[in-house]
Amino acid sequence: MQVPVSWLKDYVDIDIPIELLAERLTLAGLEVGSIHYIGVPQGHVEGIRWPTSNHLVWDREKLLLGAVREVKSHPNADKLVLAMVDYGGADLEQCVTGAPNLFEYKDKGALNPPLWAVFAAEGAEVWDGHSDEPKRMILKEKALRGIPNRSMVCSEKELGMSEDHEGIILLEEQPGLRPGMPIQDVLGDIILEVELTPNLARCYSIIGVAREVAALLDKPMCYPSYEFVAEGAPIAGQVQIDIREPDLNPRFTLSLIRDVTIKPSPQWLQRRLKLVGQRPINNIVDITNYITFEIGQPLHAFDYDKLAARAAGKMPTIITRLATAGETLETLDEVKRTLEPHNILVCDTAGVLSFGGLIGGAETEISPETKNVLLEGANWNFINIRRTMQSQKIQTDAGARFSRGVHPSQAILGVQRGIELMRQTSGGIIAKGMIDTYPKQQPTVKVDLAISEIERLLGMGFTADEAAKFLRRLEFDVKAEGETLHVTTPDYRLDITGDDPVTGQADLIEEIARIYGYDNIPDTIIADAMPPQWANIPLEREERTRDILVAIGLRETISYRLTSPEREALLIPSGMEAPKNGGYVELANPISADKTAMRHTLLISMLENAFNNQRYNARQQIFEIGNVYFKREGQLLPDEPRRLGILMTGPRRTSNWLKDDAGGNVDFYDLKGVVEELLVGLHLSDVSYARASHPSFHPGRSAQLSVGKTEIGTLGELHPIVARTFDLTAAPILVAELDLDALLDLVQDRHEVKPLPITPPVLQDIAIVVNEETPAAAVEAVIVQAGGDLLKGVSLFDVYRGDPIPTGQKSLAYNLVYQTDERTLKDEEVARVHKRIVKAVERELGAKLRA
Amino acid sequence: MLNQLESQYSESLAALENVTDSESLHAWEIKYLGKKGSVTLLLRSTGQLPAEERANFGKRANEVKNLLFEAYAAREKLVAEQELALDLEEGALDVTLPGRERPAGGLHPSTQTLRQYAEIWAEMGFQVYRSRDVETDEYNFQLLNFPPHHPARDMQDTFHTTEPNVILRTQTSPGQIRAMHELGENGTQPIRVILPGMVYRYEQITSRSEVQFNQVEGLAIGHNIRMSDLKGTVTEFAKRMYGDNVRLRFRASYFPFTEPGMEIDVECFLCGGEGCRVCKYAGWLEIAGSGMVHPNVLRNGGYDPTIWSGFAFGMGPERATMLKHGIRDIRYFWGNDLRFLEQF
Ligand SMILES: [Zn+2]
Repeated sequence: MQVPVSWLKDYVDIDIPIELLAERLTLAGLEVGSIHYIGVPQGHVEGIRWPTSNHLVWDREKLLLGAVREVKSHPNADKLVLAMVDYGGADLEQCVTGAPNLFEYKDKGALNPPLWAVFAAEGAEVWDGHSDEPKRMILKEKALRGIPNRSMVCSEKELGMSEDHEGIILLEEQPGLRPGMPIQDVLGDIILEVELTPNLARCYSIIGVAREVAALLDKPMCYPSYEFVAEGAPIAGQVQIDIREPDLNPRFTLSLIRDVTIKPSPQWLQRRLKLVGQRPINNIVDITNYITFEIGQPLHAFDYDKLAARAAGKMPTIITRLATAGETLETLDEVKRTLEPHNILVCDTAGVLSFGGLIGGAETEISPETKNVLLEGANWNFINIRRTMQSQKIQTDAGARFSRGVHPSQAILGVQRGIELMRQTSGGIIAKGMIDTYPKQQPTVKVDLAISEIERLLGMGFTADEAAKFLRRLEFDVKAEGETLHVTTPDYRLDITGDDPVTGQADLIEEIARIYGYDNIPDTIIADAMPPQWANIPLEREERTRDILVAIGLRETISYRLTSPEREALLIPSGMEAPKNGGYVELANPISADKTAMRHTLLISMLENAFNNQRYNARQQIFEIGNVYFKREGQLLPDEPRRLGILMTGPRRTSNWLKDDAGGNVDFYDLKGVVEELLVGLHLSDVSYARASHPSFHPGRSAQLSVGKTEIGTLGELHPIVARTFDLTAAPILVAELDLDALLDLVQDRHEVKPLPITPPVLQDIAIVVNEETPAAAVEAVIVQAGGDLLKGVSLFDVYRGDPIPTGQKSLAYNLVYQTDERTLKDEEVARVHKRIVKAVERELGAKLRA
Repeated sequence: MLNQLESQYSESLAALENVTDSESLHAWEIKYLGKKGSVTLLLRSTGQLPAEERANFGKRANEVKNLLFEAYAAREKLVAEQELALDLEEGALDVTLPGRERPAGGLHPSTQTLRQYAEIWAEMGFQVYRSRDVETDEYNFQLLNFPPHHPARDMQDTFHTTEPNVILRTQTSPGQIRAMHELGENGTQPIRVILPGMVYRYEQITSRSEVQFNQVEGLAIGHNIRMSDLKGTVTEFAKRMYGDNVRLRFRASYFPFTEPGMEIDVECFLCGGEGCRVCKYAGWLEIAGSGMVHPNVLRNGGYDPTIWSGFAFGMGPERATMLKHGIRDIRYFWGNDLRFLEQF
């Protein structure tokens, strides 16, 4: 919200620099996002920093209020005139100007009263009015069509007030104007851009902000008058109100003014509206807007005669009610809207007039011919208004306020102030009395604040007296009784809770703290007892997993958890069946077509990462730990299991200028090595691998990992069809997706460390020829079984096919380590076990010892 | 003979002077001191001399032999030194050529920041409590004092799912309620937790806004938890995070689940508060939203707000990481470009 300081000063005396005020407001919760200066210099306050403003500062010696005493014709040019300006100097200054709004005064002799203009003396800095780009210039003497000229009368553009360069600024007569005043003192201003959180609905007006300023600076508030002069026939009998939904429309107030003249608003009013970003329209509409900004109570003006015509001879009746099916309304923004059952409306007996609290209808709006005006000040339920704003996509200044909450007390104040301003600016006559229907009274909020609560919540105490003073600065009515304050909330506030004493007290304590200043509350260390601590095993093991994978050389990624079922379907080659999962958590309001649901698998994230990276990185070795989401039948919220994904592709080692062997591209065994290293790092044993049947994987180059009897996941080469689909064909893509919850559940809290052997081992090699289909794991299992206690280690060191091994067979060669802890082994002992192993592989696998 | 010996001696010494490498040293040795070397042969011929000359010649010959061996040893040492020096010089590398890469693994920057947060908070007794991403409207909003259609909901644009009242959490705060229910034992136990996790917002993805980001929320509940404790505790955190001389600013603000609520700013650590592009020339950077836990939220967590109180705060690790490293585009975080990740 834009807050002009000149307007603010109508209600509160400000005797500190505006930059300091802005800081105080910010600390009190009214965040000042920026400060805009109009002609006045930026202030500098020690310790407070605002961005340097590069606006034009109006020179106090050279940019002055000028009285144009006469406008003469230019002897050589029809499109120029000579303005004779009194700027407080000894003589009148002659300014050559083409300002069209001076032409009506040309050759009319002495002007009395004079025209008040902005006079720029020679040497003054102004914006160049003829430049399309913002450009500053210094006034220099220059002849214009033969007449010397060194000064000028300025347009708004030349002062940097707006883009308007149609004519010069002509100020309306007002008390206190005198030629030669620095123009800074007349038109200079500062606008604070204040950001309001939802709890600050009461500050959504200049008076609302002024109250905070008054409280912060401990100054009195100076309210405008709410008196009005009513001399017309009583309003009673001319209009009536029928509120059908008091919960949604707690109050409705009307006043009537007859015989108005519709015309432009006075300059001061227009200027204020412009300062807050409003376009002036006419005196009646402008005043409804002005009151909205001044006190935060939106008003609506009807053309009374149009209402009367619709009532067809009867007394017009304003009815507020919910919409019925099929009703429509064309609003002031020229949109024809279909109404919904939750929309609260202002109607009459002939139909819908406007959306309550949001926007008027076109039919009964104020027109240049309007004579009699019915002024509405109503109150609306903020939740309902917000709903309608969202469903009807209406954004108005009235809606912005009503949707945050306006107290019903403000309705009548708004009407009183508005109708009187209409009288003053339109010449109309106000009907005596008002129609004020207030079926849903807003209860007065009273809270008893125990002084001890302040210390309990803030950590610092205040006396009852001190606390009462802070609250009174915010216009709370406070009666102290011992250690309790009986507090009555001012009638414009809706944010203090009355029906729950604990919350009500917290609300008041916040107000005390705000005015006292949060920065002034001490910093302390928690003195309270430490809560019971617990072992956080899932997290610790997850972090350990990360550390192991990083140590192996993998980079961690974190991806979007949103994807689309269509994207994930690409992971399954056509004709194959997707793994059975739950349903998708799908978004009702997705932001884009590729992010419509929560992912089922990390594969999609990893393949997309690989694709995005392949242009720059042939070698990728990454992992991701994150949730996947499965919607389950009969369960409101989805399962969110943790998964571990690994992706490796490209050269095994990075290439370099030394032309070392890069080792080729990574393959299944690189990935398996990483998985094995992880399992070793987690001290998991009883690990087994079997051929996998996951449709996204190469059927011959993928494995199902199990630990004990628990299936952990799949690792292997990406199915070539899937690789093609994702455009990842430069090198084999090795991926793994493991059920991290299942895996980490199997991790033991402790593992035993084996003693270091004190006797030398006996090393022997063995080469065994088996059929091609016999898996290495089966051979090793037989060796281990037959080897018994003496066999301490088995490791494969060669796989050989070809001459002299018959086709269809392969030779597997192992290093065997024999050892006991107690003594040095004798050769015969080793020979005996070795023989047993040879026999066992021959018997159980039909293997032969390789010669 | 003696003359011959003396001339061999001086000749061999002169020759040794010219020896510069081990090869010619070896040749010298053979020539003079080898089995058939000239000096050796002279020595051996002692027997052929008349007896009266023998003693004299023998003594001198042995002297010469020893002197030559000494000279040889000295020369050998010198040659070895020279040759080593030459070898070392010839073996010199261009040390400016790049080394062999040993690609390291690394944690995602968000994980690094989350770990740093967790570590600092753990030292103050705050343990990590994690909760689900897909939440009910009740937990994400209603129990946190956001009634349906309340304007406070406009502060957080929400992803709704096709299941009514099920949303993607917009904040980690629903974890506050879950932590209170799980750890509070019906409002009888104090709590000190941080709640890290991914949150989701219905936003356009731009360099400044994302549909998902991490949040770290903190919650302390006890019989005697006060706003001064919140200020002091966050100040301790900020000292660890930004240095001992850090300055904080506490501003009143509003979150439906706090009362009083406040924003915490840290003096811009890039410009020392002088004003720069990053702090938008204000000298301050927002680091946390916080406040005292609202009585309704305490009640919804099972606590009696007349005898229990608590504070809560929320921080954004990605934003903190961006500020720290001058990252201008939040999309880098989930883009996972290795060229970005490798910089951490
Ligand atoms: Zn800065």
